[in-house]
Amino acid sequence: MAEKQKMVKIHILGEPFYVPDGLTIINALEYAGFQLTHGIGCREGFCGACGTIFRKKGDYKLQAGLACQTIVSEGMYLAQIPFVPAEKPIYDITKLPPDITSFKELYPVIFRCVACNTCTKSCPQDLEVMDYVQALIKGDVEKTADLSFDCIRCGLCALRCPAEIVQYNAAILARRLCGRYLLKESRDLTNRVKEIAEGDYDTELDELVKMDEDKLKKKYYEREIKLFD
Amino acid sequence: MKKIAYYPGCTLKTTAANFEESAIESMKKFDIELEELDRWNCCGTVFSLATDDLMHHIAAIRNLIRVKEEKSNQVMTLCAMCYNTLKRSNQRVKSNQEDLDKINDFMYKEDLNYNADVDVLHLLPYLRDEITFSKIAKRVKKSLNDIKFSAFYGCTLLRPKEIQIDDPFMPTILENLITALGGETVETPYAIECCGAYQTVNQVDVVVERTKVIIDGARNQGAEAIVTSCPLCAFNLDHRQKETKKKYSKFIEMPVFYFTELLAYGLGIEFKKEWKDLHYVDPLSIFKN
Repeated sequence: MAEKQKMVKIHILGEPFYVPDGLTIINALEYAGFQLTHGIGCREGFCGACGTIFRKKGDYKLQAGLACQTIVSEGMYLAQIPFVPAEKPIYDITKLPPDITSFKELYPVIFRCVACNTCTKSCPQDLEVMDYVQALIKGDVEKTADLSFDCIRCGLCALRCPAEIVQYNAAILARRLCGRYLLKESRDLTNRVKEIAEGDYDTELDELVKMDEDKLKKKYYEREIKLFD
Repeated sequence: MKKIAYYPGCTLKTTAANFEESAIESMKKFDIELEELDRWNCCGTVFSLATDDLMHHIAAIRNLIRVKEEKSNQVMTLCAMCYNTLKRSNQRVKSNQEDLDKINDFMYKEDLNYNADVDVLHLLPYLRDEITFSKIAKRVKKSLNDIKFSAFYGCTLLRPKEIQIDDPFMPTILENLITALGGETVETPYAIECCGAYQTVNQVDVVVERTKVIIDGARNQGAEAIVTSCPLCAFNLDHRQKETKKKYSKFIEMPVFYFTELLAYGLGIEFKKEWKDLHYVDPLSIFKN
């Protein structure tokens, strides 16, 4: 006979539920009968849609993580967050200089940073969030772009920040400015964009679009990955 | 070359880059390398006076942990504000174990605990006490040629008592440096007054009035230029001359220098175009050789 599934007791929005041990928070919520339409996305830890705040039994700390990557444990308290309504100014990237003046205008809140590091503590990607905010304050847009490169924009840094900074939105502006103005042009990319525009791949793409699902899957898994020579 | 850990502060990476570069270049002439910390954050300025507000000392103490991470027990500052904030926060936790424990506990993600064992230095007293003005005088390649300077100290190097680098009412350290470099100094009653500080953000007029009184006062004593150590004083006294001139058409503009720019000049280091570009009033107009 199969071994009995170990169950753990968790609290969802204050209500107790028994769910199989080893599930992620997202799977546990669904097991408990919740249908998620917000605060859920790729389920692979890449899209940043499922940032969540939770507390483990016996620990006073409120913790932050991705609901699709965090495993439930006995006595855990969960509160799924649908989205982070953080400030996001509209701007025209072609009219912004890649330096501190853009941030003074659009994100003056970064100068409120007291270096408490709470953002870094809450980042599920283990980024040095405070360090990139500090790099911005000293006008180093490139360093901010570099340090924040793996940001998946879950918004947990902004949720936990006592200075109410919107780190992840300021960081994507830094990456955009860096990509547009500060990085060296990538010739491979320029050439590829040109090839696409000239229709070099249209025939192959049409074939893929028409292909049935099984064939497409087979082709995908058997594809040869060529490295640049 | 002797290495000293160096904390720049945000302004020295942007609008006061001339201050930083001239200091680093000058110190090399004395075989000293100011080695910038790998990681650092805003000093936390301004020093928080509220007794129950520890949050605003975390930034300062975190920087001192960074100094320890680089296996150093002392850190050099240039900006008068950073010096003031770092040194005072350091003194606060040095004399208050409970504060230090709370801050260390809050920063549980740091690898090191801070033990209040870093010395915060400022370049001006270092020049006076360690390198000495007499040695500087011997190294002068281009004399300031009797150009008359008025020293402007501002607040944060002289107050409060616990961190002052000189007599708060009759400071002479900037004057003595200028003399060592071959310049002349004039005395004004405004040398230790306030430049208007952060009023410059939303009450420009307050700063315009301060700038007019201070620059006019220096000119009346025969000064041709101002020498200072604080990026905020330098901004207010130099860049706000634009608004001052607008309001007072008879106002005569005067260049404002960081002491390190004059030190670099005296040691024969080229006054770079990038430094000049960060000034509002043309700094090179006063040099006679």
